Amino acid sequence: MVEFLFGYFSVVIVIVSVLVVTSRNPVHSVLWMLLLFFHIAGVYLLLNAEFLAATQVIVYAGAILVLFLFTIMLLDLREEIRLGPFTGGWPAALAIALAVLITVVAGIWGLKPAYIGPWGIKEIQTETHTKALGKVLFTEYLVPFEIASVVLLVAIVGAVVLAKKKLKT
Amino acid sequence: MDWSSFLPLLPEIVFTLMGLLVMTLELLIRRKETIAILTIVSIGVTAYFIPQSLGRAFNGMFVSDTFSVFFKYIFFLNLLLTVLISLKYLRIERSEFGEYYSLLIFSTLGMMIMASAGDLIVLYLGLELMALSTYVLAGFVRHSVRSNEAALKYFLLGAFSSGIVLFGISLIYALTGTTLIQELPHRLTQAEPVASVVALVFLVASFGFKVALVPFHVWTPDVYEGAPTSVTSFMSVGPKAAGFAALARVFIVGLTPLAAHWQWILAILAVATMAVGNILAIQQVNIKRMLAYSSIAHAGYAVLGLVAFSPNGLSSMLNYLLIYAFMNIGAFSVVIMMRSEGVTGESLEEYKGLARRYPFVSALMLLFMFSLTGIPPTAGFIGKFFIFKALVERGLVWLAVVAVIFSVISAYFYLRVVMYMYMYEPEMEIEGLSLSPALGLAVLIAAIGVIVIGVYPEPVLTVAANAGLYLP
Repeated sequence: MVEFLFGYFSVVIVIVSVLVVTSRNPVHSVLWMLLLFFHIAGVYLLLNAEFLAATQVIVYAGAILVLFLFTIMLLDLREEIRLGPFTGGWPAALAIALAVLITVVAGIWGLKPAYIGPWGIKEIQTETHTKALGKVLFTEYLVPFEIASVVLLVAIVGAVVLAKKKLKT
Repeated sequence: MDWSSFLPLLPEIVFTLMGLLVMTLELLIRRKETIAILTIVSIGVTAYFIPQSLGRAFNGMFVSDTFSVFFKYIFFLNLLLTVLISLKYLRIERSEFGEYYSLLIFSTLGMMIMASAGDLIVLYLGLELMALSTYVLAGFVRHSVRSNEAALKYFLLGAFSSGIVLFGISLIYALTGTTLIQELPHRLTQAEPVASVVALVFLVASFGFKVALVPFHVWTPDVYEGAPTSVTSFMSVGPKAAGFAALARVFIVGLTPLAAHWQWILAILAVATMAVGNILAIQQVNIKRMLAYSSIAHAGYAVLGLVAFSPNGLSSMLNYLLIYAFMNIGAFSVVIMMRSEGVTGESLEEYKGLARRYPFVSALMLLFMFSLTGIPPTAGFIGKFFIFKALVERGLVWLAVVAVIFSVISAYFYLRVVMYMYMYEPEMEIEGLSLSPALGLAVLIAAIGVIVIGVYPEPVLTVAANAGLYLP
C-alpha cells in the first residue's frame, strides 16, 4: 500500500512539474503548482512527517501560491512575450542533462542507509513528529535555527532595497 | 545555563549585533560616511573577540580554530577595503543607500559561519546568507540594466547551485546518518562507494560554482562585469575565500576516505580552470571582464593547494588567498579611481598613456599587475612559489609545471595593461581621477600588503603554517 501510494505521488509530482514549466498560461502554471504542493505534502505524510505536510500545505499552497496569483493578476499579463532561446545548442544541453540523470540514478541505485540517526521511524512514531522536530530544532540545532533567522532578515532587506528604493538618474 | 559554551560563537554574535545596529542607525543618520565608519568600527570590535574565541560549540557543530580565524581575518580585510573603496564610487553611481553596508556585514557574517562550520547544515546556511546578500549587492545600482542582469544571473545560477549542494548533503546524510563533518570519515569508510562518490561530485560542483572553477565558471564574467565595481571586488575575494574554506574543511576533515577521488577530480578542474581563465583573459578589452577571467585563473592556482593534500599545501592555499585579497582589491580600486562622472573607466583603451598624467597611480597599478602575474619581489610570487613547492613535495611535479606555464601565459594580459599605461600616448582626454582619502587609504593598504609580504613573508607564512597544520 505504502509503495503504491509513493509511486502514485512521485509519478504525479514529475508530470505536474513538467506541466508547471510548459504551461503557456501563467495562471494554469500556478494551479498546476498547487497540485504539485499537495502531492509533496502527501509524500511527507508517508514519511510520518505530519508537521511538515501541514506546513507545506499552509505555507506553500496557502500563502506563497496566493501571492503568486496576486502578482500575476496585478501584472495583468495579456499576451505572452515570446523570445527565442538565449543560448543555442540543445544537443549539448541534452547530453549534459542525461549525464546528470545517469549520475543521480547511479548514486541512488545502490544506496543502502548504513546508519540511521537517533530519530528513526520508530522513535518518531512513539514521540510524534511535531514534538520530535521541536525538541531537536530548539536544542541540538539551535545555531542553524538562529542563522536561518538572519538569512530571512537579509531576504527582507534585500527585497526592500531592490523593489522600493527610489531610482535616481 | 553555561554561557561559556557560547564562547566560540562570540565573534559571530557580536558581528550580528553590530550589523543590526548599522542597519538601524542607517535610518537615523543621513551622512553615509558615518555609516561607513561605523562599519569599520564593528570590524574592529569583532576582530578583538576573534583570538579569544578558540574552541568548539554545540557538539562540534561550530568550530573556531586557527584555520577559521585565519579566514575570518581575510574576510575582515576584504570588508574593510571594500568599505573604503565604496564611499565615493556609490555616489558617482547614484546608489548611495545605507543598506549597502549592512548587506556587506551580513554577507561577511555568512562567510565567517562557513569558515567555522563543523556541520553541513550550518555550512549550507552560512553559504546561503553570504550568497543572498551578494545577489542583492550585485544588483545594487538599480537604474543600470547591466547591474540588474548581473544580479538576476547570479541569483538564478546560485539557486541551482544551492539545490545541488543540498542534494549532495542529503546523499551524505543518507549514507552516514550524520551531518557533523568530524563524524564523516569513519562512517564513510563503510559506506557504499558509488553513492559516496556521487555525493562528492555534487559537492565539488556547488563549491566549484562558488569559487568559479571551470566548468562551473560561466556566470563569472557577466556578473563581475555587470555588478558595481566595488561589489565585484568584494565578490572576487570574499565568497571565493569562503568557498575554499568550505572545500578545505569538508574535503580534508570530512571526506578523507574519498581523498584519492577528489584529489584527481580537483587536479583536472584546476588545470581546466587555469587554462580557460588565462587563455580567455587574453582577448578581453574590458578590464573588469579581464579581471574576472583572471580571478577564475587564480581559483585554479589556489585549488592546487588542496590537491597537494598536505599541511604545507593547505597553508600555501591560505597564504595565497590572503595575498590574492591584497592584490586583487588593489587592482579593482585603481579601476574604481578611473570611474568618474561620464567615464566608465572600464575599457582598456582608457588606460593608454595614464602614466603621463598620473605616474603614482600607474605605478601602483603596475605593482598590482606584477603581483597578479607572480613576478618577484611582489607578494604574488610568494603565493605561487609556496603552492608550487607544496606540489613538488608531494611528487606532483607535472601539475607544478603546468601551473608555471599558465602563469607565463598570464603575463601577456597583465603586462598589456602596464604597456598601455607606459608605452602609449594618451588617446582620450582623461577628465581626472575620482580620488578620495578613503580610496587612497585602501590602495595604500593593498600596496603595502603586496610589498611587505613580497619582501618579508616570514610572519604571514608562520601564521598560515599554524592555521594549515590544524586540519589534517
